[in-house]
Amino acid sequence: MNPNQPSKEPLLKIENLKKHFTVKSGGYFNKKKKVIKAVDDVSFTIYKGETLGLVGESGCGKSTLGRNILRLQEPSGGKVYFNDRNILTYKNRELRKLRKQMQIIYQDPFSSLNPRFTIGQVIGEMYDIHGFAKGAEKENRVKEMLELVGLDPSRNTSFPHEFSGGQRQRVGIARALALNPEFIVADEPVSALDVSVQSQVLNLLMKLKKDLGLTMLFIAHGLNVVRHISDRVGVMYLGKIVELSETDNIFDSPAHPYTAALLSTVPEVDPRLKKERIILKGEVPSPASPPSGCTFRTRCPLAKERCKAEVPGLTEVRTNHFVSCHYPLEDGQTLKEVIVSRGSVNS
Amino acid sequence: MEVSTQSTIQADVKTQVKNKKSTLLSRLRENRVTYLSLWFLVLIHIVVFLGPFLWTVNPEDLQQAGALAGWSLQHPFGTDDLGRDVFARMLTGGRVTLVVGLGAMLCSLLIGTVIGACAGFMGKVVEAVLMRLTEAMMAIPTFFFVLVALTVIGTSPLMVVLVIAFSSWMEIARVVYGETLKWKQYEFVEAANASGATPFRILTRYIIPQIIPSIIVAGTLTIAGAILTESAISYLGLGIQPPTATWGNMLQNSQQYIWTAPILGVLPGIAITVVVLAYNFLGDGLRDALDPKFVKK
Ligand SMILES: Nc1ncnc2c1ncn2[C@@H]1O[C@H](COP(=O)(O)OP(=O)(O)OP(=O)(O)O)[C@@H](O)[C@H]1O
Ligand code: SF4
Ligand SMILES: [Mg+2]
Repeated sequence: MNPNQPSKEPLLKIENLKKHFTVKSGGYFNKKKKVIKAVDDVSFTIYKGETLGLVGESGCGKSTLGRNILRLQEPSGGKVYFNDRNILTYKNRELRKLRKQMQIIYQDPFSSLNPRFTIGQVIGEMYDIHGFAKGAEKENRVKEMLELVGLDPSRNTSFPHEFSGGQRQRVGIARALALNPEFIVADEPVSALDVSVQSQVLNLLMKLKKDLGLTMLFIAHGLNVVRHISDRVGVMYLGKIVELSETDNIFDSPAHPYTAALLSTVPEVDPRLKKERIILKGEVPSPASPPSGCTFRTRCPLAKERCKAEVPGLTEVRTNHFVSCHYPLEDGQTLKEVIVSRGSVNS
Repeated sequence: MEVSTQSTIQADVKTQVKNKKSTLLSRLRENRVTYLSLWFLVLIHIVVFLGPFLWTVNPEDLQQAGALAGWSLQHPFGTDDLGRDVFARMLTGGRVTLVVGLGAMLCSLLIGTVIGACAGFMGKVVEAVLMRLTEAMMAIPTFFFVLVALTVIGTSPLMVVLVIAFSSWMEIARVVYGETLKWKQYEFVEAANASGATPFRILTRYIIPQIIPSIIVAGTLTIAGAILTESAISYLGLGIQPPTATWGNMLQNSQQYIWTAPILGVLPGIAITVVVLAYNFLGDGLRDALDPKFVKK
C-alpha cells in the first residue's frame, strides 16, 4: 500500500447516491418524458486528508455527483454521510451552517465570480454570511487569503474582469478556502485555463491542500491531470463509478477495460515505453437510454453475452481496488493482451 | 466545444467591460431622439417642479380678468372657465401628474420586482402561484380594473397612485422573473448558495443588481403608461378631483370651450402627449443603450 496514504478515517460516505433529471421533449401532443440518470446509484468513501480524483468523459455526471454531494442539488435518492451524519436530512438552517465546512471551486473562472463585486467583496462575503469578521478585521483576513493564493493583496478593490483567467481562478480558490473548510470539491479547476497556467494553479492547490490538511474531491476530464494530485482515483462512465483504487494501481494495473483504454491514450512521459493505443469504438450512449446490463458494453472490446444481461456491481477484486466489470483485467495484464487471448464477441 | 464556449464567455465579459468604459450617457447620445427626450424630460421636470416658486399666482384663485380671458402679461395662457390662471394650473397640474406617474412607477417596480424575483427563485410552488396571479392580472383589462377600484376606494392622490401601480406591475414582474431565471443559473449564484447565503441575500446582492438595467427600462416605460392612465381617468372625472389641478382633469371641461378657448384643451393635451412620448422614447433608447450586445448602427 502507498505509504503516503492518508488516514483511513472516513470523512464522507456516499451510499447509493442517485440524481435523475426528467427532461420533457416532443411537441404539444406527443409529450415525452425522458429520465436522465446523471448519477446512478453511486457509493464510495472519501477518507480524511485524501485527494480523490474523479475522471470521466464529458457528460458522464462528474459535476452532478460533486454538486449532489454538497447538496447544491437535491439528490433523487441515497445517503451522504459527512462526519457520520447524513446531511441529506438537514434542514435549511443546519445546512447553511454546514456550508462552512464544505466548499466548491468551479471550472469557469468567468461565470463563477459576481461581476458586480470587487474580489475583496467576493471573499469578504464569506465572513459576512457567517458573521465571522467585520470591518478592519474582515479586510485583513481578505488580504491574508489573497496572499495565501499568491495574489497582490492591494488589488482587493479590483473587479474580476480586471484579472486574467488564472488569477480569477485563484480568487475562486481563496473564496472557497476563506472559512477554513474541511472538504473541497474542485470541479475541473484548471481545464478552462491556458496550459501554461494550469500547472501553477495545480501546484497551488496541492500546496494548500497539504498546508491546510484539506480533503478534496478533484474532478477532471483526463487521467493525466489527476495523476499527481490524487491519492486515489475514481473513473466514471455514464453516471456510475466503474473503477476506484489508489492512483498507482489505476495507472499501473487498471482492471476495468474502460480505464485501460483511457490510459492507453494518455501520452507516456518516457517515450521508450511504447504503448499500443486502444481507441474505443462508437460514441458514449445517451444517458437517457443507456444500454442494458453493463452500460459500457456497446464500446467494450471484451463484452460478452453476460454483459448484456447482468449489471456488474462495484466489487473489490484486489485489495482496495474496486471494479464494476464481469471480466476485469488481471493484475499486470494489458488490455491488448486480453483482447488477443480472449477474443471477443463484438470483434 | 469547450474552447468555443469559453471564448464566447470571454467575449461577453470583454464587451461588458467596454460598455462600462463608454458611459451610458455617451451611448444614449448616439440616438438623437432618445437624447432629445432625455433633455426634454429633465427640462420639463425642472419647469414643473421649480416653476410654481417663480410664477407665484395661486392656481386655485379666481382672477380679476374673469373667466375665459385671452392671453395677457398677467395671464400668459389666459384664464379658464372659472377665471383661474391657466399657466399656474399647468405648472401645478403637471406637478401632480408627474408625481403620480413617478409614484405609481416606484410602487409598481416594487411590486413587480418582489413578485418576479420570488417567482423565479423561491421554488416551484411559489413560482406557480405568483405567475398564475400575474397572468390573471394581465387578463383583466387595465382600465376596467382601475375604474372599478377607484370607484370603490376613492380618488385621493395616494389611492390613484396605488391603483395605477396595482394595475401595471405585471410586465415588470415578467421581466424580472425571466432575468432571475437566467441569472440564477450562473455559478456565482450557486457559489453564494454553497457558501450558506440565505435566499434573501442571494436575491438582493447577487441577482437583482444584475437586473437593474432591465428594471430601469421597464420603469421608464411604466411611467409613460401611468401618466396616460392617470390622464384618462381624470378626463372621465374619476381621478384626482378638482380643485386640485392635474393635466388630465384640466382636459375634462375643456371640450365645451374647444371653439371659444381652444388653449384650455390643447395645452394639457400636448403636455401629456409629449411627456408620454418622451418617456417611451427614453425607455426604448435605454433598452438599446443598456443592451450588452449594443452595436453602433
Ligand atoms: N439540470 C439538468 N437538467 C437536465 N439534465 C442535466 C442537468 N444537469 C446535467 N444534466 C445531464 O446530466 C449529465 C451529466 O452532466 P454533468 O454536467 O454532471 O457532466 P460532467 O461529467 O460534469 O461533464 P463535463 O465534463 O462536460 O463537465 C449530462 O448528460 C447532462 O446533460
Ligand atoms: S462487464 Fe462486460 S461490457 Fe462491461 S466492462 Fe466488463 S467486460 Fe466490458
Ligand atoms: Mg462538469
